[in-house]
Amino acid sequence: MNTLEAVGDLRLTGLTKRFGSFTAVDDLDLTIPQGSFFALLGASGCGKTTTLRMVSGLEDPTAGRIYIGDTEVTSTKPYKRPVNTVFQNYALFPHLNIYDNVAFGLRRRGVKDVKKQVDDILALVELAHLAKRKPTQLSGGQQQRVAVARALINQPQVLLLDEPLGALDLKLRRQMQIELKRIQTEVGLTFVHVTHDQEEAMTMADTIAVMSAGRIEQLGSPEELYENPATTFVANFLGQSNLVAGTVTGKEDGVITVDTHGVRIALPESRSRVESGAVIVGVRPEKVELAAGNAAIESGRNALPGGVVTDASFIGVSTQYLVKMPWGQELSVFEQNTGKEIYRPGAEVTLHWDATQTFGLDGSQDIEAGAEIDDEAAK
Amino acid sequence: MTKTFDWIKAHTLGFVAILIFVFLIAPNAVMLLFSFNQPANKYNFVWHKFSLNAWKNPCASADMCSSIKLSITIAIITMILATALGTMVAFAMMRYRFQGRTFLNVLLFLPMAAPEVTMGITLMTFFYNTTGSNSLGFDTIIIAHVMFSLSYVVVTVKARLAGMDPTLENAAADLYATPFQTFRRVTLPLVMPGILAAALLSFALSIDDYIITVLTAGNEVTFPMYVYSSFQHSVPAQIDVIGSTMLLITLAGITFAQVPQIIKTRKA
Repeated sequence: MNTLEAVGDLRLTGLTKRFGSFTAVDDLDLTIPQGSFFALLGASGCGKTTTLRMVSGLEDPTAGRIYIGDTEVTSTKPYKRPVNTVFQNYALFPHLNIYDNVAFGLRRRGVKDVKKQVDDILALVELAHLAKRKPTQLSGGQQQRVAVARALINQPQVLLLDEPLGALDLKLRRQMQIELKRIQTEVGLTFVHVTHDQEEAMTMADTIAVMSAGRIEQLGSPEELYENPATTFVANFLGQSNLVAGTVTGKEDGVITVDTHGVRIALPESRSRVESGAVIVGVRPEKVELAAGNAAIESGRNALPGGVVTDASFIGVSTQYLVKMPWGQELSVFEQNTGKEIYRPGAEVTLHWDATQTFGLDGSQDIEAGAEIDDEAAK
Repeated sequence: MTKTFDWIKAHTLGFVAILIFVFLIAPNAVMLLFSFNQPANKYNFVWHKFSLNAWKNPCASADMCSSIKLSITIAIITMILATALGTMVAFAMMRYRFQGRTFLNVLLFLPMAAPEVTMGITLMTFFYNTTGSNSLGFDTIIIAHVMFSLSYVVVTVKARLAGMDPTLENAAADLYATPFQTFRRVTLPLVMPGILAAALLSFALSIDDYIITVLTAGNEVTFPMYVYSSFQHSVPAQIDVIGSTMLLITLAGITFAQVPQIIKTRKA
């Protein structure tokens, strides 16, 4: 059976890759629905690129299987898989012009008349006028589009994108994100996008899998991951979180009560990963508001009193505060600029937020997991 | 005063460049000039008078022309063998981790580091003891030349391979190219400049080698050997003709190779 004809979801079962004693990808089970824009998000070294290389066939798995639809491709040679890759450094052939680069895949499969297809795809990425140039004569953004065109023209079942926007500057990156999303919607292929940039993953993907140490920490839509992170790693890696350790003291009408540093916090049961014992309560900084001193907080809101502002940066649309709590932890608050009073460093404040916006995580985890990695990966 | 000083400062680099250029070109210019000399005696060392004799009869000495033919034949065969073998060795060393790889590296470095005279003697001894004293000749020269050219070919091709982005081959495989197609369409075209440079180098090394050749040549006489031995009794102007011709061919070759590049940069 010709694997190039394989159609359907991309399925990975028990996929494992070890390099010597190092496990890069650890028993990965994953189904990526046909036609979806899927992001593998994680810091460098988390195994996301290795996973991608196993799907493309450039790396042999130590164990596990890869399917496209019902066809197993685990040990199929890379040049026989209906999969194409947009490489991180684009890997355009320097000795061929743009036209020949784009036509490469079709020609290798014995397609005789490539002109119409090449012209069409170059038009799609708006590079028709540069067909005769060599890759080195193009800008980074243009090279990136050639790389996309060179892969897309083959109409693969799965298009793999390995940090394709990493080498571009911020403005161009935003532009290309929209562009890639447009192309994906237009051609309707399965895109698997590997990135360390959480914002990029959230803007582009329908589904995100957050990877850490060769495993998937959590899988879901960007909203799900952001609003209901499953682990402290996801909570810290995807955006910022205020995480405070506590203990479950009771449960009533779908609301769990938690004691954190002597303060009672209400936590919706539906958003909590544990129902008893140690718990980490979390809230996103932009959901928190500040009130002066020990002002009374209306019911239905959680309040953490006794904070002292240590830093306030006014950035126009919002003000970002760092608030030191009585137990020494610093929490962050993003207050939108609605004309409210701005608290100066030294001011005593109470943090308060809608109780339903609280999420609860298993208390046995490292509260800092994923926090530093993000800074490092974001460079 | 400062003006003069500034002028000197601004032109020092150009002046030094011209000096170096003269230093490099002068011997060739002398050779070209003396190829038009009609020497007063057997030694073409002193300018006597202008003549086209030497250019009109380059093969005035039959031995000289047969020696040139021999040298060119040896150089071409050496070039083909050394380039083919060396390229394969370079690929093997860059692509595979195998036992004895470090040892091979040392082995390849030896012919470049060892004095030629030692290598020549060693080879001669080797041939005497294996194929016998009568075996010295055309074949043994080729073997010796391939041996010392090989190192240079490996080094040159390896450098080119090392500079090649390994993801290009991944990309080719990803784009449905079989391993052979990947080699033919991507790897080979990209390594080709290195292979061509290596071929030229081995040709040049072979055609002017004297020391190793003389020790492995038996009764054969290559051009360098002819020049050296003729020096005992005469230095005809034809030697300058041959030298100048080689120089001009080389120059023409280099210019020819540069032309497409120059046209391209002009256009861009």
